Amino acid sequence: MAAPLLEVNGVVKRFGGFTALNRVTIQVEAGERFGLIGPNGSGKTTLINCVAGSLYADEGRILFEGRDVTTLPPHRRTRLGIARTFQIPKPFASMTVRENLGIPLEYAGHARASDEDAQVAELLREIGLEAKAHLRPAGLTQIEMRKLELARAMAARPKLLISDEAMAGLSSGEVDDILAILLRLNAQGITIIMIEHIMRAVMRFSQRIVVLDAGERIAEGTPDQIVRNPAVEKAYLGE
Amino acid sequence: MRTGPALVVGAAVVLAGVALAGLHVNAYVYFAGYVILQYVVIATAWNILGGYAGYVNFGTPAFFALGAYTAVFLIRSLQAPLPVLIVAGGLVAALLGLGIGYLTLRLRGTFFSIATLALAVVLQTMIINWEYVGGSRGISVLRPSGPPFGSYVTFLFTVMVGLAVVAVMVARFIERSWIGRGLAALRDNEEAAECMGVPTLRLKLFATTVSGFLLGVAGAPFPYYVTFVEPNSAFAIDYAVNALAMPMIGGTTSWIGPVIGAVLLGTAQQLATVTISSELNLFIVGVVLVAFVVLAPEGILGLVRRWRGR
Repeated sequence: MAAPLLEVNGVVKRFGGFTALNRVTIQVEAGERFGLIGPNGSGKTTLINCVAGSLYADEGRILFEGRDVTTLPPHRRTRLGIARTFQIPKPFASMTVRENLGIPLEYAGHARASDEDAQVAELLREIGLEAKAHLRPAGLTQIEMRKLELARAMAARPKLLISDEAMAGLSSGEVDDILAILLRLNAQGITIIMIEHIMRAVMRFSQRIVVLDAGERIAEGTPDQIVRNPAVEKAYLGE
Repeated sequence: MRTGPALVVGAAVVLAGVALAGLHVNAYVYFAGYVILQYVVIATAWNILGGYAGYVNFGTPAFFALGAYTAVFLIRSLQAPLPVLIVAGGLVAALLGLGIGYLTLRLRGTFFSIATLALAVVLQTMIINWEYVGGSRGISVLRPSGPPFGSYVTFLFTVMVGLAVVAVMVARFIERSWIGRGLAALRDNEEAAECMGVPTLRLKLFATTVSGFLLGVAGAPFPYYVTFVEPNSAFAIDYAVNALAMPMIGGTTSWIGPVIGAVLLGTAQQLATVTISSELNLFIVGVVLVAFVVLAPEGILGLVRRWRGR
């Protein structure tokens, strides 16, 4: 079997005396749809911050395509192929949607100026934002903002896309919309880690799910196995 | 406008400056013109960090004075010629810029600004206690005899025309390159920029260094201009206030903004100095700045854009 695309080995992250992640180990295979769930404060976002580089792990190692990236700054990891979206969208507010996509294309997506326009147009079409290309983020609706967040991550031409609660606060129809986009991206060969609270979405999307609770990994399995796991039920609902 | 035509325009401005220097109009015109051009350099330099990258530097006097005092030191020790003073003043200030660049690792927003303010105070205290460059009493500087052409003031005026053109060209180049786009991204959101592949630390270090260099360059001819350098005038708060106010008034997102702001505000200040009183300078800046922040936060460029949009 080929080496996993992403290996997180025994990662520990402490904030002062609080241990946010306690020896968390996960492996994500190339092409996989991977779900990461857990109650609020369980360490999901901390974990992906450690993977993307916004935070550095105190202990443990992170390997991407077999390469140790534990101490690389975020922009280097992005160039290697790890891209993320933010739970609270962080668009470049002074730029138009088109310009927002231009940044990762230029800096991480290896786009040449000559074909950047074509690539932006293609990304916008894929995600359904063509009509908004000239607008600034302030003029976008909530779902359009989420789509921009996804499109911008895609513009970095990632091998691994981490979607951090891309569907939070969206209506049921909009959730299906985002879900369809993510499934399409996965079909193009992009590995996806989905962090989500909307169980309907994450269960439908994921091939394999890992559950975090209080910084510990408490379960792993297919969506069916996770639903029937008593430890997961306990973590979410209490005794 | 592409780079070729821009170079032609730049050269034309320099030639116009030389021609003006050859006209021998009232000497005060060159004197005032020098100050306005100096502010074009300062405002443009400040804007590379403050406008493009969004890091507000209150320590402009530190960089300006560092350029000036580097020149004083080199004049006193080596009798170094003006081009050497300008380059050396720029390099020393660039080093300081690189230093504050590393500050951005820990300090953002207001805290960065406070640190730069403190930096100016610390540096001024050091200069006050350094006798070799005049200490608190100041030092007289003799202009070299026989400038290449005209009087020394008209010569310095032309030099400043050249420096202003160079500064504006540099800013314009940065703005339109991948560096400028990266700086804009990190200004909007540093974490998102970094996660989109922008090497934010390297770009910030570049911006602080280039900005520092140009501020030092603006200060280097200062000793020959005033012929008496003392800490209170070299570290004057005017530089901190104007460096910030001029780009804000003109518009911070484009190279032309600081130029517009510096020419308008600089001219207004010079006129007020002659016609009313020299004390009125900062008052004018204050009133105009407050008015702009309230009514036109994106400066004159923003007003023009809004007006055109309709």
